Amino acid sequence: MADASYPDDRRYHEAHDWVLVDGDTATFGITWHAQDALGDIVYYAPPEVGATLRAGDPYGELESVKAVSDVISPADGEVLEVNDSVVGSPESVNDDPYSAWLVRVKLSDPAAVDALLDSAAYQALIS
Amino acid sequence: MPDVELRRSPLDAVHDALGARMVPFAGWRMPLQYDGIIAEHMAVRERAGLFDVSHMGQLSVDGAADIAALQQHLSNDLSRITSAGEAQYSLLLNDAAGIEDDLIVYRIAADELLLVVNAANASHDAALLDGIAVDVSDRWAMFALQGPLALDVLASLGIDIADLPAFRFRAVTIAGHDCTLATTGYTGERGCELLVPVAAAVDVWNAVLADARVTPCGLGARDTLRLEACYPLHGNDIDAAIDPIAAGLGFAAPTGMHPSVDAIRAAGPARRLVPVHVDGRGIPRAGSRVLDEAGAQIGEVSSGTMSPVLRAGIALAWVHPDHASPETPLAIDVRGTAVPAHVTRRPFVPGSLR
Repeated sequence: MADASYPDDRRYHEAHDWVLVDGDTATFGITWHAQDALGDIVYYAPPEVGATLRAGDPYGELESVKAVSDVISPADGEVLEVNDSVVGSPESVNDDPYSAWLVRVKLSDPAAVDALLDSAAYQALIS
Repeated sequence: MPDVELRRSPLDAVHDALGARMVPFAGWRMPLQYDGIIAEHMAVRERAGLFDVSHMGQLSVDGAADIAALQQHLSNDLSRITSAGEAQYSLLLNDAAGIEDDLIVYRIAADELLLVVNAANASHDAALLDGIAVDVSDRWAMFALQGPLALDVLASLGIDIADLPAFRFRAVTIAGHDCTLATTGYTGERGCELLVPVAAAVDVWNAVLADARVTPCGLGARDTLRLEACYPLHGNDIDAAIDPIAAGLGFAAPTGMHPSVDAIRAAGPARRLVPVHVDGRGIPRAGSRVLDEAGAQIGEVSSGTMSPVLRAGIALAWVHPDHASPETPLAIDVRGTAVPAHVTRRPFVPGSLR
């Protein structure tokens, strides 16, 4: 497992998710803190491609050896793509939570992402 | 639950120094994991793991009259272990043949027994056996060394148990301290459990862990390992309302010991505890409904996890006897999805013990 880190290139949701914007699309994932709390992740139940995501609502499930956790959407949008490599190798979320994105999303309002936490504010939240 | 109310293992500071994630368990502050449950689980299956199980309780029974009285409460036949150094798996039963606890009996001497009981039940058992058994849990730390290389690790410490059969125990010296080594365990692997005087706990732990082949393992791996081995956990899979026959523990309740057990054996249990292998994607959890092929509920999961070895969901589940035979197809309701599964045979994973 990598050491704790919270890259500056993305924004963070208080439910321990990150969003990395690229134009009007974005990838979503969970933070180092979230994967550490879950422990060994063994299962990812993704949403359907085309599903509508709403900020603050669950869109999928990550399951560790000991527990199940909903994954919370950090923004509104529509699922364009599911990361099948995470479906096949869920432990990649533990190995590198910032490469192991969970969904690629067409954002309803890319500007709304700016209102989420930056790295420093998220680290303050979890400290 | 605040930490101040929890009992602490003699190794509490050692666990913190090892970076363990500590959790409340049965009134104790114990390590859930160090580096990760799967890595620790695989270390035990492939090499050797060392567990702190100092939360386990010990009760002493001294004298022929108290041993005779104890027998009335136990499922197994104490006359099968007559020699000092012999041990036996047994069940503490109530009048209705319900399992109040499961435990291991050690024949210390002709007129002296030691019972090793579940942490969560230690005070309950002592109360049930008031006047017969004395709680001596404070005297001992307890470790388990388990895995295919466990005997090699012991040999490096100058201890040869290659000729000691399962369920025996004897005195050993580790790091200059007198300990009791028993060929028992809860993982399906070769190895031992060690009763260690509290004052020697840190020395003995460090002496065993100094071997590079040994990985410290927490309660998380202990649970996934025992589930792969199909050992029931009291409080999860079995309890005071469940009898030995239904639980598949009839081997520890021989005929002629308890009329209530014999009656259940003759009539057949109303439900059975069976191992279930999940064939689709999804992980069964305690409380998950078990369904027949038509979707009707026929049982309930009592323990479930992802098997690190099989990389599939596995469970112990209570089902109607009509659905208890190996290869019976069924399904597990995993949060609203019926995931295909089937009844299999014990154990899920044959460890080095078998």
